[in-house]
Amino acid sequence: MSQDFLRQMPGAENHLGKGAGLAFRLHLDPVLLVLLLILCTAGLFILYSASGQSMVHVEKQLVRYGLAFFVMFIFAQLDPIVYKRWSPWFFLLGVCALAGVLLFGTGAKGAQRWLQVPGLPRFQPSEFMKLVVPMMVAWFLSSRYLPPSFKSVVGALLLAFVPVILIVKQPDLGTSILIAASGIFVVMFSGIRWRVVSGFAVLIAALAPVMWMFVMRGYQKQRVLTFLNPESDPLGSGWNIIQSKTAIGSGGMWGKGWLQGTQSQLDFLPESHTDFIIAVCAEEFGFMGVLALLFLYLLIVFRGLFIALKAQDSYGRILAGSLTMTFFIYIFVNIGMVSGILPVVGVPLPLVSYGGTSAVTLMAAFGVLMSIHTHRKMLSR
Amino acid sequence: MKSDRRLKDSNREKRIYVSRTIIASIFVLILTSALIYRLYDLQIVNTEHFQTLSDNNRMQLESIAPNRGLIYDRNGFLLADNQPVFSIAIVPENTESIDETIASVQDVVTISPEQIKRFKKRLKRSRRPFQSVILKSKLSEQEIARIEVRRHEFQGLKVQAELARYYPFGENTAHSIGYVGRINEKELTTVDERNYSATNYIGKLGVERFYETLLHGQVGFQKVETNASNRVLRVLERTPPVPGKNLILHLDAQLQKKASALLGDRRGAVVAIEPSTGGVLAMVSTPSFDPNEFVTGIDYQSYGELRDSLDLPLFNRAIKGQYPPGSTIKPIIGLGGLDGGATDRAFYIWDEGKYQLKNDERIYRDWKRRGHGKIDLNEAITQSCDIYFYDLAFKMGVDQMSKYLGYFGFGQNTAVDISEARDGILPSREWKRALKGRAWYPGDSLNLGIGQGFMLATPLQLASATAMLANRGKWVAPVLLKSLVGSDNSSGSELNSVRRRNVEVETANLSNPDDMEFVIQSMKNVMHSKTGTARASGRGAPYRMAGKTGTAQVVGIKQGEKYDAEALLERHRDHALFVGFAPVVDPTIAIAVIVENGGGGSSTAAPIARALFDTWILESNKSDEGPK
Repeated sequence: MSQDFLRQMPGAENHLGKGAGLAFRLHLDPVLLVLLLILCTAGLFILYSASGQSMVHVEKQLVRYGLAFFVMFIFAQLDPIVYKRWSPWFFLLGVCALAGVLLFGTGAKGAQRWLQVPGLPRFQPSEFMKLVVPMMVAWFLSSRYLPPSFKSVVGALLLAFVPVILIVKQPDLGTSILIAASGIFVVMFSGIRWRVVSGFAVLIAALAPVMWMFVMRGYQKQRVLTFLNPESDPLGSGWNIIQSKTAIGSGGMWGKGWLQGTQSQLDFLPESHTDFIIAVCAEEFGFMGVLALLFLYLLIVFRGLFIALKAQDSYGRILAGSLTMTFFIYIFVNIGMVSGILPVVGVPLPLVSYGGTSAVTLMAAFGVLMSIHTHRKMLSR
Repeated sequence: MKSDRRLKDSNREKRIYVSRTIIASIFVLILTSALIYRLYDLQIVNTEHFQTLSDNNRMQLESIAPNRGLIYDRNGFLLADNQPVFSIAIVPENTESIDETIASVQDVVTISPEQIKRFKKRLKRSRRPFQSVILKSKLSEQEIARIEVRRHEFQGLKVQAELARYYPFGENTAHSIGYVGRINEKELTTVDERNYSATNYIGKLGVERFYETLLHGQVGFQKVETNASNRVLRVLERTPPVPGKNLILHLDAQLQKKASALLGDRRGAVVAIEPSTGGVLAMVSTPSFDPNEFVTGIDYQSYGELRDSLDLPLFNRAIKGQYPPGSTIKPIIGLGGLDGGATDRAFYIWDEGKYQLKNDERIYRDWKRRGHGKIDLNEAITQSCDIYFYDLAFKMGVDQMSKYLGYFGFGQNTAVDISEARDGILPSREWKRALKGRAWYPGDSLNLGIGQGFMLATPLQLASATAMLANRGKWVAPVLLKSLVGSDNSSGSELNSVRRRNVEVETANLSNPDDMEFVIQSMKNVMHSKTGTARASGRGAPYRMAGKTGTAQVVGIKQGEKYDAEALLERHRDHALFVGFAPVVDPTIAIAVIVENGGGGSSTAAPIARALFDTWILESNKSDEGPK
């Protein structure tokens, strides 16, 4: 195994070899770890600017990062076989929790997303499901003959869409899209046949109007409408998009400079330290700054795909691939919505947006990736 | 569960997976390219457009109101000052509920329902986002303190300071300087909207209104950076406003105050003019009002009281009150008689107290029952003999009398910078035919000869005419403005922006200029001869003065309909008038006094003039140093 790994870092055998060996014993992937650390550091600088130069925000975020890296470390220690064995039970627990949210949940702004179980800290079951749904679908498919039959695909999709529907009901469109994507990616990676894919595409196209009429809430429809024509309501729901586009566009090639973005520093940009933080980055560091950040994200994504490729069994492979692609969907949906090519659905920019829950979930996913990567050889022995 | 029981082929699975990973990678690259293309489009292709949007967001052009020019009297006493006034204003965008904010601030400061009503009215007008709306003006220091202590409780509320007009002499100068008030929407349409973009006040009356363009100044601008809640963070560029011109008036504050005091609570007016310049030294109308109340907005009740008062405090008698001039025009009629040849200095009549026209039964009486006996022009003026002037009026006819009265500025508003002044009435044949549809009767001429009947004149006109007499026939138009501070000539180019009136008055070319001096001597006799009607007022003066008393039957300015009998009787009494100037040689002041329903001119009006002569000649001119 270590031979495999070292091939990734040519010319660094001696120096990194020892470190890599140590990292490996700790079940960590040094490449991913370094990339994630760089990303989080960059994120803290952007956050400092986006939060109106608030050290309080930075310190809080730092604590969350600490917690997230700790969770990642823990998740990396567990053998993938554990995840596989426990997948159905996690899934069952998650679906029950989601049902519980709908019945007894608490929350703000008209959405119930939190569950308060006595004796436990308040938590968001939908975040938990971001990990569990790909695990469950991967468990379901990996135990079957691959490429999956049509029946298996339907079964897998049904498994994925039960929690998705429950989350849409909360309502939390952003999370449900991410979870649906993670389920779909599992199905894709399992080798679904293309004619089945095209069949589903037709089905989704047919279902879209039904969704619009019966499933989507008023404010969700409003977001889509606003996305289609933000200028129709420049002071209301179009405000966010107009201001974020202005922030991004006015950044130009090299940006206005750190802490110099007028849109963000003067509060014209709403949600500047949470969902819209990429606009701050774009305004202050320009096109080049965003390219650099995108490049960093791509490195992480490709490292994730590489880990998946090297995974020892189908379960690990499919799960790692799906988690990585979901991570990418995070990035794409967030930047897409902030730059105005996608509707605003409330997806944070991974590991940069202010907020603890998504950081912990994401790092847990990277923990799972590392676990798959580092437990590979031992399993084959 | 019936499922696929085929044996799993892990090599095939791996192969499929590799191909899917490649597809996934391509998928990632395509979507990333889409994002990059989008960012390229926003940040490179259209960056200028968004930079403009971003600048428009944060930069705002704010206008800065210029400080209004100050108004001084001739000695440098401040007549109109600017003082800071504090008011409560609400920024509607910063409140959740405006009503709640108002309710909470009412714990600390009393706000009348009327103020709330006006606030709601102002709220409806168009305004920029985050622009504040005034709720209550003229806060006391205590009120400011009480608000500041609990400031955090009042959402969207702020205490604003602005400069507002203050008139130190209050009601003494209300009718001469006028006042400013909050600009209204109608007025906004008449001014340069850009120049007034930061201005809250505009001259409503008097000097404040007439010299508005000079007093206002030029608006300044500043480009400021604001945040999303419109708070100004810093000033990027600034064009300072140009303050309005400071005006120096001919007015003498001491004389003005004295005149107000002398009139006291009687209804009347005093106008004093410097004959050499036409400068108005004093212009008083009583009763008056406090102009300071009008600046930030007078409440309905107080305004109603002023408006409905029987004494008409808002009415400027000095320029709008039109009274029969009575005997005060006799010197001018006499001068016309001499010049036109209708009489001469030696001609005399035998006055038995009655005069009758041929073919007319009506008897015209003298004010002195038994008549003045043998009387020539000099004595007729000195004693104010009516019979002599009936006779002279009959001989002169209306055309001659109109002509000479016209030389003295009657029948038109001749004031340079008092546009609200009335024209009075200078009757003529044409005037009567046009207005009354009747021919001019000889009896009309008799009435005109003693300043009764159709003729009406304002105190300002009487004072101007007297100034012309004092000037020995040289006409000067009455004017309030003496000079602008910082420029030495009052006819400078700055004044071109103000439409100053320039009324042509026909020059009197007397065939014998000495006739003027003769009439003036008669007016001197009014004051100093033992037969003079105002000899009591001329007594004991270290200088000589010339004057003429008058008593006018009440035709009256408009009077209300509801008043009690006692007031009615009082208001039926004659108006007391006096015109005069002093000293006789090289006069420095010409005065017209009217006391409504004051009775006789000699007993009521002349003493006021004498006191003002004394003030001007004996006090003011000796201590010529003002506060400046």
